[in-house]
Amino acid sequence: MAEAQIKNLTMNFGPQHPAAHGVLRLVLEMDGEIVERADPHIGLLHRGTEKLIEYKTYLQAVPYFDRLDYVSPMCQEHAFALATEKLLGIDVPLRGQYIRVLFSEITRILNHLLNVTAFALDVGAMTPFLWAFEEREKMMEFYDRVSGARLHAVYFRPGGVGRDMPAGLAEDIMAFTETFPKIVDDMEALLTENRIFKQRCVDIGIVSAKDAYDWGFSGPMLRASGVPWDLRKAQPYDAYARMDFDIPVGKNGDCYDRYLVRVEEMRQSLRIIRQCIEQMPGGPVKVDDRKITPPPRAEMKTSMEALIHHFKLYTEGYKVPAGETYTAVEAPKGEFGVYLVADGTNKPYRCKIRAPGFAFLQATEFLTKGHMLADLVAIVGSMDIVFGEIDR
Amino acid sequence: MAFLDRTARSLLLSELLSGLGLTLRYMFKPKVTVNYPYEKGPLSPRFRGEHALRRYQNGEERCIACKLCEAICPAQAITIEAEPRADGSRRTTRYDIDMTKCIYCGFCEEACPVDAIVEGPNFEFAAESREELMYNKDKLLANGDRWEEELAARLTADAPYR
Repeated sequence: MAEAQIKNLTMNFGPQHPAAHGVLRLVLEMDGEIVERADPHIGLLHRGTEKLIEYKTYLQAVPYFDRLDYVSPMCQEHAFALATEKLLGIDVPLRGQYIRVLFSEITRILNHLLNVTAFALDVGAMTPFLWAFEEREKMMEFYDRVSGARLHAVYFRPGGVGRDMPAGLAEDIMAFTETFPKIVDDMEALLTENRIFKQRCVDIGIVSAKDAYDWGFSGPMLRASGVPWDLRKAQPYDAYARMDFDIPVGKNGDCYDRYLVRVEEMRQSLRIIRQCIEQMPGGPVKVDDRKITPPPRAEMKTSMEALIHHFKLYTEGYKVPAGETYTAVEAPKGEFGVYLVADGTNKPYRCKIRAPGFAFLQATEFLTKGHMLADLVAIVGSMDIVFGEIDR
Repeated sequence: MAFLDRTARSLLLSELLSGLGLTLRYMFKPKVTVNYPYEKGPLSPRFRGEHALRRYQNGEERCIACKLCEAICPAQAITIEAEPRADGSRRTTRYDIDMTKCIYCGFCEEACPVDAIVEGPNFEFAAESREELMYNKDKLLANGDRWEEELAARLTADAPYR
């Protein structure tokens, strides 16, 4: 019998695939069931955020940051708020800093809950996903109570936060931190030791510490490879310097370690949330500078000067002195940075957004080469990519 | 010993069985699902839903056409035209919100110096066509009249923080 020449099969994966986490489109070259080449195609969710921001005042730019990584909105507002504050040369009052840290950590739990359980769903475990959504619902209620929206909060603003926390919210969050560990334990009981889950994750998509550095990884992707790098510890911003928490690191850098790191990060976030509420000082939540933050409504209704400030801030906004800054925060996915160039007007001259997911996605081929097609789904799931921030 | 322990656990499917037991226990827990059209989740006084234009107690519309909301709107969803009225007061002749553009950031409500434009608690205003989502002044004022009681209560509840 003559030898048959079999060509590699080129296959399209996504963008309408449930395991593609949004609009990921991969062009795969398959040798049987082995991935030979994986070529991610991006841009399907491109909205031109960076360009749009150049035409908005600093306050108007804040809602755009919610819509980048729509699973962790407040952390990205945080990066933009910090960058603007750095250029303005202002310090947020302590209570404002604590509220921001508190909600950054709630955001981290929101993000990790979705990622870990959606990852479990990708590899075949459906139950944790349903449990996680019950908990996410509770945390989105906290979002709603503090900002008025369950997702696109527009809560962290340059100069502080939008409004103070309503009375009773701190107690409810504290009560939540008492019940939540039980849910993480239950979720771990289903997944961590489960043989099916381990067969799908252990030794899949291994990244060594060096490779993680070379590909520009950050966040849990880097820490799972054993590098204890966390911006909250390395260059603490806001009230993180006052917090006592540990950085979980992995050993092998495979999908399983990334899962474990994220689960442990949720527990550490709970610790930070508790500390925030216990240490939360009183006082103002935004800077007391009428040229940057609007006056309280009651004052605006009676004082002419406050009314003028109110009108100036909501039409023209504030002018930011010329300068540039790269400010990064430890978003749940990794290092989320904002490179902001101000030219002395009321609008940013340039706003470059550094999305952690972009670095993960470009390593798709490196991570998946030689793995089976089903493992690619596990790897993409463990990378924690959200297309809002990659396509921007 | 650890090896024996691990092998025994593995052969007896211990982690699978305990996981199944856990899901079985969850089956008997009270349900958390909300029967949506009849039951709804809680909403905070800050919730940003459908817009409404409010009136004063005497029936006069609050909006004075200062156009702050138009200026701050990041999505440029608001269009306002104004003329002095016969009695000399400044009022809008046109107040349109394109609800398909609106991103519900709440800046219009924050900017309004007279509490005229507010984002109310209503989130059930889905429509079958785009045209129905181009709100004009009549529609917004009608929303205000319909929701006024609740809008006033929400503003009072949140007043200490604003």
